[in-house]
Amino acid sequence: MSATSETALLEGMPFDPTAPLTPSGNLRRRTAVSRFVQITATAAAVFAVAVLLIVLYGVVSRGASALSFGFVIHNPSGLAGGGIFNSLLGTLEIVAIGALIALPIGILTGLYLTEFAGPRSRTAAALRFALDIMAGLPTIIVGLFVYGLIVIPQHRQSGFAGAVALAIVMLPLMARSSQEVLLLVPGSLREAADALGVSRWRTVLSVILPAAFGGILTGAILATARAAGETAPLLICDSIGYNPFATELNPFHGVPSASMFIYQSYDLPLAQAVTRAWGAAFVLMMLILIANVLARLILARSRAKMGR
Amino acid sequence: MFGLCALAGVLVVLTLVDVVLQLVNNAQPAISKFGLGFVTSSRWQPNFGVEGVLALLYGTVVVSLIAVVLATPLGIAIALYLSMMAPPRVRAVVGPLVELLAAVPSIIYGFWGLVVLVPFIDKLEPGLHSALGFIPVFGPASPIGISVFTAGLVLTVMILPIISALSRDLFLTVPSELKDGAAALGATQWEVIRGIVLPTTVSGVTAAVVLGLGRALGEAIAVSFVIGDVTRIPKSLFDPGASIASEIANQFTSPVNALHTASMFYAGLVLVVIGMLTSVAARTIAGRFDVSQRVI
Repeated sequence: MSATSETALLEGMPFDPTAPLTPSGNLRRRTAVSRFVQITATAAAVFAVAVLLIVLYGVVSRGASALSFGFVIHNPSGLAGGGIFNSLLGTLEIVAIGALIALPIGILTGLYLTEFAGPRSRTAAALRFALDIMAGLPTIIVGLFVYGLIVIPQHRQSGFAGAVALAIVMLPLMARSSQEVLLLVPGSLREAADALGVSRWRTVLSVILPAAFGGILTGAILATARAAGETAPLLICDSIGYNPFATELNPFHGVPSASMFIYQSYDLPLAQAVTRAWGAAFVLMMLILIANVLARLILARSRAKMGR
Repeated sequence: MFGLCALAGVLVVLTLVDVVLQLVNNAQPAISKFGLGFVTSSRWQPNFGVEGVLALLYGTVVVSLIAVVLATPLGIAIALYLSMMAPPRVRAVVGPLVELLAAVPSIIYGFWGLVVLVPFIDKLEPGLHSALGFIPVFGPASPIGISVFTAGLVLTVMILPIISALSRDLFLTVPSELKDGAAALGATQWEVIRGIVLPTTVSGVTAAVVLGLGRALGEAIAVSFVIGDVTRIPKSLFDPGASIASEIANQFTSPVNALHTASMFYAGLVLVVIGMLTSVAARTIAGRFDVSQRVI
């Protein structure tokens, strides 16, 4: 409605319904502003996708030249030769130990929040708050914490210390995602189990957890993928004290990792060393992106199943 | 089963308390030597003496503010596009792609920032300086493209998905009756956004921005690659600097003496206090909205 007809209405002038519905100057300005906002928002989305593609291209174009089958099955040799087998294996080991610690605790915390604490429980609110703060802890601080907790008493950095640090990074993410997925489990399932006289823990183990399995798995994969790319905690807890050219599987010794390999390569004085680091970045990023896509597919499938 | 679950919850809280205790404990030598003057002194030169964290704190705040100032309008615009404008098929592709930005590890952002972004900034900064140099913060361009500004840009990319994903979820909760009602009264899409969508979600969006700020404040690795590791208070955006987290990353494995290590723990403690304040702030601002970092 244009400004003139508005004042006309206010002054009690008869409204002419036969007036043509063409935009007056004011409406044209309003649509133009709206159009401008739409274009800006679209441009912002295009920009974000472009940044992702630029980052991916940057890594792929530089990493691909280092890549070969031998690159992932050989240990590094010298400053620039060989591959990243020991680093990849180390990352897998550290992340696996971290996940073994964090996933059960995270799922149990999620279960406590949804199944055992009432909706208005103060304890649950406090716990949720603690999880939020834990998720907001800078990862380098987590590294400092584990350094004080494990590295100082043991007088040595170790893969285990790194794994504990990664567990602390994963825990709040895992608890949060389990909580969200468990809330999606229909209440009718719980009521049906109650009606059959099934005890609470039995309901949780044989009804609720199976129903939420897909979502919990998604959360677990995403939290693990996040941890696999973490560098700061490993820098503090597991960055020296291992032979960078050898495979080390004992978690109570220093264990090499892919992210530390990249971190330590960037100031080596050889162009080939940097190329090798790009190769490692490529492999690490692909593993993480594949895990993310996989997790989303699993989530979509389990959502579809739950909606049925 | 209840016992196990409660135990897990207790463990979470205990860990959090122990984080603070460990930091205080290991920072003890620095705390007793410097006291609270630590946060007001800017001298951080490990080889000659460390007295305070102010220069690092300043760098931390500046890079995070650059990131928040750039990422907030961008993130909200992306969220608006994804929640109100994009056709369903485009949304199903673009939404996850934007979220993938959050999955890229910080080490890769750092490496990419150093090798790809820094040479680009090196070309961009002289232009910005000559165009905006009359404003004091746009000082002479850094000679190699490593600067507080570069670190801010890398952080912008890193917190963009946090702000956009959380805001999008908030915008989707706005009741369609309100939006359709406004549209039926003749409001254009922008008027619906400005009159309905933003006012109803403003507290949640602010909380999302504060969460992004918290993430930026604590980022260590990506920043340490591109900020230049100069522990002076930067005079302009294009000066190199250092942040608390990046400085810990740079120096922790090669401390000069025990006091240096203790000072880094003290600096970490300062960072934790700031981080916890942002978490509390986000929670308080969010009000009825449930805004917190998540992976799904």
